[in-house]
Amino acid sequence: MSESSNRQADVLVIGGGIHGLSTALYLAQAGVKVTVLEAEYCGRHASGVNAGGVRTLGRHVAEIPLALSSRDLWHELKHTLGDDGGFVPSGQLKLAESQADLEECRLRIEQLQALGFCHEVLVDQQQVFDTVPTVSRHVTGGIWVKDDGYAVPFKTVTAFRLAAQKRGVRIHENTPAQRIEQTGTRWRVSTPAGHFSAEHLVVTAGAWAGGLAAQIGEPVPVHPEGLMLMVTHRVAPFCVPVLGATSRALSFKQFSNGTVVIGGKLVGSLDFLARHGEVEMERLGSSARTVTDLFPHLRHLGVNRVWAGVEAFTADDLPVIGASRKASNLSYSFGFCGSGFQMGPGTGKRLAQLILGEHSDISLEPFAIDRFNRAASAPPGAFQSASTIAHP
Amino acid sequence: MNRESVEVVVIGAGAAGMAAATRMAGLGLQVVLLDEQGSPGGQIYRGITLAPLSRRDLLGPDYAHGNQLAQALASSSVRYEKGASVWQVTREHQVSYLREGRLYTLDAKAVLLATGAMERPFPITGWTLPGVMSAGAAQILLKSAGLAPSEPVVLVGCGPLLYLLGWQYLRAGVTIKALVDTTRPEDYWRARRHLFAALRAWPYLRKGLELMRSLRSAGIAHYTGAEQLAVEGGEAAQALTFSASGKAQRIDTRCVLLHQGVVPNIQFSQALRARHEWDLDQLCFRPVTDAWGELDVPDVFVAGDGAGIGGAQAAAVQGQLAALGIAARLKSIGTAERDDQARPLRVQLEANLRIRPFLDALYQPKEQNRIPADEVMVCRCEEVTAGELRSFVALGCAGPNQAKSFGRCGMGPCQGRMCGLTVTEIIAKARGVSAAEVGYYRIRPPIKPITLGELAGE
Ligand SMILES: Cc1cc2nc3c(=O)[nH]c(=O)nc-3n(C[C@H](O)[C@H](O)[C@H](O)COP(=O)(O)OP(=O)(O)OC[C@H]3O[C@@H](n4cnc5c(N)ncnc54)[C@H](O)[C@@H]3O)c2cc1C
Ligand SMILES: Cc1cc2nc3c(=O)[nH]c(=O)nc-3n(C[C@H](O)[C@H](O)[C@H](O)COP(=O)(O)OP(=O)(O)OC[C@H]3O[C@@H](n4cnc5c(N)ncnc54)[C@H](O)[C@@H]3O)c2cc1C
Repeated sequence: MSESSNRQADVLVIGGGIHGLSTALYLAQAGVKVTVLEAEYCGRHASGVNAGGVRTLGRHVAEIPLALSSRDLWHELKHTLGDDGGFVPSGQLKLAESQADLEECRLRIEQLQALGFCHEVLVDQQQVFDTVPTVSRHVTGGIWVKDDGYAVPFKTVTAFRLAAQKRGVRIHENTPAQRIEQTGTRWRVSTPAGHFSAEHLVVTAGAWAGGLAAQIGEPVPVHPEGLMLMVTHRVAPFCVPVLGATSRALSFKQFSNGTVVIGGKLVGSLDFLARHGEVEMERLGSSARTVTDLFPHLRHLGVNRVWAGVEAFTADDLPVIGASRKASNLSYSFGFCGSGFQMGPGTGKRLAQLILGEHSDISLEPFAIDRFNRAASAPPGAFQSASTIAHP
Repeated sequence: MNRESVEVVVIGAGAAGMAAATRMAGLGLQVVLLDEQGSPGGQIYRGITLAPLSRRDLLGPDYAHGNQLAQALASSSVRYEKGASVWQVTREHQVSYLREGRLYTLDAKAVLLATGAMERPFPITGWTLPGVMSAGAAQILLKSAGLAPSEPVVLVGCGPLLYLLGWQYLRAGVTIKALVDTTRPEDYWRARRHLFAALRAWPYLRKGLELMRSLRSAGIAHYTGAEQLAVEGGEAAQALTFSASGKAQRIDTRCVLLHQGVVPNIQFSQALRARHEWDLDQLCFRPVTDAWGELDVPDVFVAGDGAGIGGAQAAAVQGQLAALGIAARLKSIGTAERDDQARPLRVQLEANLRIRPFLDALYQPKEQNRIPADEVMVCRCEEVTAGELRSFVALGCAGPNQAKSFGRCGMGPCQGRMCGLTVTEIIAKARGVSAAEVGYYRIRPPIKPITLGELAGE
């Protein structure tokens, strides 16, 4: 099949999630000709169906600089995109439910302060009660981050998509990349709709990115999981900030329309071939219990919908961001382990800088794709499987 | 949480479910029959075992027929659980339900979905006003509680259920102000090529004609070919306006009952991600099954109206065919025996379905009542209009699932049950593609309401 000019670009992005679209947008802003290939439709997977948490709180320290830079972009989203994606800077609060929890929070703050980070703040029981008056009295305190918040996932993805298109990015939906290969200095991507080519290739294919990296001979220990969420019927406003917990899986927020979204890296089951996450009823039960423990008055609140999205988890719970170590003009950004929505704006911008050869103070070294090979010589047990890491 | 393993779970104790469960029990299978209602019967035979004789008489002989099915069920070994709302079925045959506030899960070898039909949405101007109800909902009140409107009613739309309700209301002494029929003369013309087959289903046809005759002889104003339907009113319905035979009409009424046919309830088959196809005659999605009702999800079967609208008698026969299919699958009978026992059933099914093409052609709902004008509300839970939906399409929204994300359409408490078909058809028309290509909402649990406390097992 001949490659008409609309099949050629400077940069070809595979995957129309928040990472692909934000990378495309920042590249296009610099005048680069970008084409995005999306297997289904933009925002169909994790980026459009996640819990919407815009959270720096509780991040792995290696992620903090990038997450903080991303947070600044969230606060400017309205200006950048002409649409704020429903972002509300409500603050995020991680609840401690016992003295042991509180001690853990205190140690975390100490550790962060030693590293020079002061965005997370320890709060006492009374401060929690002042912020969330209806929370159960067994709560002992927590960690507070004022500038975190939440957004509406698909609205955000759509805002990125429309802004990117406005700046000339071409988006081909229902166009899965099948084979990727570099011939000479150009990348050639085959799809059922024919070939596309570009000088530079960006892989932001979420849970499917590992398969593409393997095609290049750079396999990564990454695996997909189905993460579950539930949303309730509307209830009168009772909780402004986004909540997490210290020793239990919880992500909890009430949207402005009154619905409550409940999650917290709840792993469901997965039909990867069908690109579908499925709900596991028993695990939902324990999640519901966490919520009714913390807010007994929600016991009679109806669950409106339960779903699961497909997310990529790496062996060390950190994403892969940066240049290929095997091929030239190839970049990756995937494997966000259940918290990549917040990272979307910042990572897209940082990756665009990398591709454009611009300087940034934010190091991508912790996210290098070949770190796993280096880690092979690390002592056993240095890495935990992603699904066993209890995350706020 | 209570969890146990059983051989077969049947969901829905209507004609299809009762017949299937009874037949399977007769073949030696261990069957659990779950239904959210308080007694067996489904839609058509709702409350049949409880209804006082006077109400049975009022509702007519078809209703009373359900008694036979209910009695056979009662004297079988089927474990029937009433008040059991099934909120999830998985591809691995795990059936989760709620009963009196407690959660139960059954692990079955095979599952039969017999969840019947639901009414097609009827989105016209004012359809969300208080005082406007679906004819089916009104009939449920009549069947289960003997309740009828105290105000004079106007019946609007088309289809057997609408005329049946009219007939039942007449007998219950309800004043019917008018029957505003959307059926046009050319619909009879279109349906006529199926008339021969329909005549071979004479008992059905006769029943229909009798219904219409009794409505007419009661002196009820009957408008045909009604178009541009709208309900007027600020806080509540005050009048119905329409045009018929080129004349604008206005009928004052505070009670408008709408109906334009029923469509398969595909909540479970969709949630199971079974293959569905767009039925060009019935203008709705139906699950694709084999001759025994099995989906492309192994050991999950569908019978009755949930597999495509065929009516109660066809549903009972389909239920038995599915029962044979499941029995053979679970090796309680051989395939030769299955086929032998199925033979007379297939003859019966063919006879029961003979009238369908005629009815489908005659009462095909009108496009203007399925694909409404811009200002008409489509998603009543989240208040999304047809015009807004069309503006989403202009922004790149290609199907119902994206419509949710663009404007919360279908994300409210009904989860798209009320607007699903309308949304599919509006998007298809706006994009100039088929409804099949546009597809349907992705259905997720809970299929029936459940609270956080119930989920937590409190
Ligand atoms: C239930 C759930 C809740 C979450 N909650 C939060 C939260 O509160 N806060 C937070 O920060 N993060 C959260 N996350 C994580 C976050 O959603 C993801 O980390 C992030 O969206 C990943 O974005 P992405 O662009 O890398 O991947 P995706 O959004 O998965 O996008 C990848 C895209 O690539 C496409 N694709 C795949 N293969 C190909 C191919 N071969 N050719 C073309 N296209 C292809 C896919 O169709 C997909 O659209 C949650 C995730 C889930 C599932
Ligand atoms: C509102 C309405 C009224 C109707 N009235 C008539 C009539 O009077 N006369 C007539 O000829 N036809 C009527 N019909 C058509 C009639 O429903 C069918 O032809 C016939 O009942 C089909 O039988 P079935 O067994 O397929 O389904 P149904 O009889 O509908 O039985 C389905 C059963 O499944 C149960 N169910 C559904 N979902 C769940 C769940 N998640 N958990 C537990 N239980 C569940 C329901 O409670 C119901 O009892 C009506 C249809 C509707 C929608």
